[in-house]
Amino acid sequence: MNTVAPAPAPVALRRSVELTVDGDPVIAPEGTTILQACRARGIEVPTLCYLETLAPVNVCRVCVVEVDGSRALVPSCSRPVAAGMVVRTDSERVRTSRRMVLELLASSVDLSTAGSDVHRWIEQYGARPERHGPAARAADRDHAHAGHHEAPAVGAAATVAQPVKRDNDQYVRDYAKCILCYKCVEACGEEAQNTFAIAVAGRGFDARISTEFDAALPDSACVYCGNCIGVCPTGALMFVSEHDLRARGDWDESRQEVTRTVCPYCGVGCNLELHVQDNRIVKVTSPLDHDVTSGNLCVKGRFGFEFAQE
Amino acid sequence: MFGAGGGTSSYEEIEQTDLVVLWGSNAREAHPIFFHHLLKGLRRGAKMYVVDPRRTTSAQWADVWLGIDVGSDIALANAVAREIIHAGLVNTEFVRRATSGFEEYAASVEPFTLAEGERLTRVPGDLIADLAHDYGRAGRAQLCWTLGITEHHTATDNVLALCNLALLTGHVGRFGSGLVPLRGQNNVQGGGDMGALPNKFPGFQDVADDAVRARFEARWGVAVPRGPGWHLAQMFDAIERTELRALYVLGENPAQSEADKHRTVRLLGELDHLVVQDIFLTKTAQLADVVLPAAVASFESEGTVTSSERRVQRLRPARRPPGEARDDIDIICEVARRLGHDWGQPSAEEVWDECRSLSPMHAGMRYDRLEAMGGIQWPCPTEDHPGTQFLHARLWEEDPAERGAAAPFSPVEFEPPLDELSDEFPVRLTTGRRLDSFNTGVQTGGYASPLRRPETLDLSPEDMAGLGVAEGETVQVSSRRGSITVPVHLDRSLRPGLAFMTLHFPDQAETNVLTLDSWDPKSGTAEFKATAVRVERLPGALEAQAVPA
Repeated sequence: MNTVAPAPAPVALRRSVELTVDGDPVIAPEGTTILQACRARGIEVPTLCYLETLAPVNVCRVCVVEVDGSRALVPSCSRPVAAGMVVRTDSERVRTSRRMVLELLASSVDLSTAGSDVHRWIEQYGARPERHGPAARAADRDHAHAGHHEAPAVGAAATVAQPVKRDNDQYVRDYAKCILCYKCVEACGEEAQNTFAIAVAGRGFDARISTEFDAALPDSACVYCGNCIGVCPTGALMFVSEHDLRARGDWDESRQEVTRTVCPYCGVGCNLELHVQDNRIVKVTSPLDHDVTSGNLCVKGRFGFEFAQE
Repeated sequence: MFGAGGGTSSYEEIEQTDLVVLWGSNAREAHPIFFHHLLKGLRRGAKMYVVDPRRTTSAQWADVWLGIDVGSDIALANAVAREIIHAGLVNTEFVRRATSGFEEYAASVEPFTLAEGERLTRVPGDLIADLAHDYGRAGRAQLCWTLGITEHHTATDNVLALCNLALLTGHVGRFGSGLVPLRGQNNVQGGGDMGALPNKFPGFQDVADDAVRARFEARWGVAVPRGPGWHLAQMFDAIERTELRALYVLGENPAQSEADKHRTVRLLGELDHLVVQDIFLTKTAQLADVVLPAAVASFESEGTVTSSERRVQRLRPARRPPGEARDDIDIICEVARRLGHDWGQPSAEEVWDECRSLSPMHAGMRYDRLEAMGGIQWPCPTEDHPGTQFLHARLWEEDPAERGAAAPFSPVEFEPPLDELSDEFPVRLTTGRRLDSFNTGVQTGGYASPLRRPETLDLSPEDMAGLGVAEGETVQVSSRRGSITVPVHLDRSLRPGLAFMTLHFPDQAETNVLTLDSWDPKSGTAEFKATAVRVERLPGALEAQAVPA
């Protein structure tokens, strides 16, 4: 037991590591990832399943780089830098791999509401999703049993198309847009909310995000914090407010202003980003880089703004 | 506590602590994002005790749940203290150097043996001992509480009882060890910081201090009364005595939020003049002579609020207020002008800068610094000061001069809740929040919450069976002050004899018809947490049930 001396705040002292990235010498703190080292030098590495507030899950493989001495390409989002490491971020092998990842995703998933970066990368890496053929007929994914995958007709591209799920007043789940990046599962689980309302069900191409036994959200453990929506990179998870404005053709980010303020409810002091279009709050997010919330909110902060609208 | 009214620690510290004691707080639902930080601590390996009459969603994360009887917190704290003392777990060096009054305090807790503690609190004695030993031995420990501690007629003494435990073990003034009152509203801390207390100026400076008063009088150009004002509960007593004849209510809905609603509404009606400044035509505003429509602070105004970790952060307007609604500062300055005082049209930043010039703990918090640093924790005395992560580090200084005044132990007496259980009123009704709602529902009533369900009287399975009531059946709930009817709901987190309601849906179920408005003489907080009630089936319920559908 500590008798007198106060324990000082922990200070992480980290050694520096020298490595080579695309032929240039790079010095990075020990323990940082290849991705962080690249970003610090302004080298763009595409990512889909990575988010700075979540532990890497290594599923999308779009951030892969070539590391000398490593047989396989390595995911830069999770591999720590090491002394003497030689990294290539833009070799032919890397470009081919990223092209295939983007092409397969774009041929099977509706990326129409994914961020503009995704569309830029598809262009940049020369992905041609159309060469996989026309989209196959939508299948019933929620009741598919592992090992009973039905292959699509020859010449058709298998897709994850399925009906939109709208079973409550705040969330729309359109899993035809889901790339299975796991971010929502992580945000709902150990990484933030610890509610565990959703997980990955099924195997292989039939894998999908699901509540327990595909229950409707109101019958699930969901507490409507919206933290899954906050991390979704493709718009598969969307607030009803945004979904309905888009459906009417009225969603216009060029007319939106984003203002940072503090939540009007409890005393924790969560920072809100209010997205306002035509003097109406149309969406609430939270800054990833603020240490109170790390991008997370509760149901009141996320949705409890209607009292202020006329 | 120990002189400044704010939590000692930062959220980062609950992630880095070894032991969490959540006492009278259901943070999982009432402070969800604080609970994210707490869960990081648990995932790092911290142990958690939850002290709560209900086995709440927070308690379900605990290693140990202490299901205390409502209002017996002082008895439990004193029993924990006695056990710490008898087990030799007092931080004697800290107590000797940094505190005063130990002997008297130790004598005051001596009657609270584990057996006596168990008798008074109904917490098993071995669990009281476990809490005492773990708290005494922990390298770092955070003691957090909310309204389960403060909405009692012994509110201040309850808080002091917890502070005593921190002094006994040295769990204050160090990184990871502290006392954390979680604030229920986004600026309840800031209201105190800004002097919205009957006896304080901004920065917790005492109005009775002549030197302090002289500085404010010089800056404001008016004489400031030396004596304290009234807190809310005293104001209502003063209305009763016809001493207080006019009331200016800003952003508060006492007609629904105060305990003993019938009395509150009667007294508001007896005023000569009632002004309400609010964003809504609340039930209180409907009683007013003048209503001043205000802009929504968080969404439509410039300003600052202070969080539970003493962090001052900026509010920014995101939208234009509707109709004739105006910024609070505009309204107040216009009222002043019509009363013959021209304060001009200061911006929020100018008002803040005046505050910084008078309140040393806020002096370094320039608007641009608040912006760049994502908020600053007080005290921040100079413009190059980084803010203060945790308070009272001075208590650990080697040099007695730097250590300063000793922190006093405060022996406190145990008193059970005033609204006693009896044969006529055998059930203890306590109140709290649900995750998706807030206070009287003025702000949360308007959004479509998928979690919302109508107000109910939540009962234990045993009490439901004993009364012979079915889920959803409407019953009559009566206290010594009034009766309401409300549907019942089975809640397995409750024990026999304990019932729960919220205050979220006053238009549907007026919980405050039942509550007692007796308040803590030191803080003015009413005893919302402990009402004695009787639950009865409505006449005809049995017959109705017997008729086949």
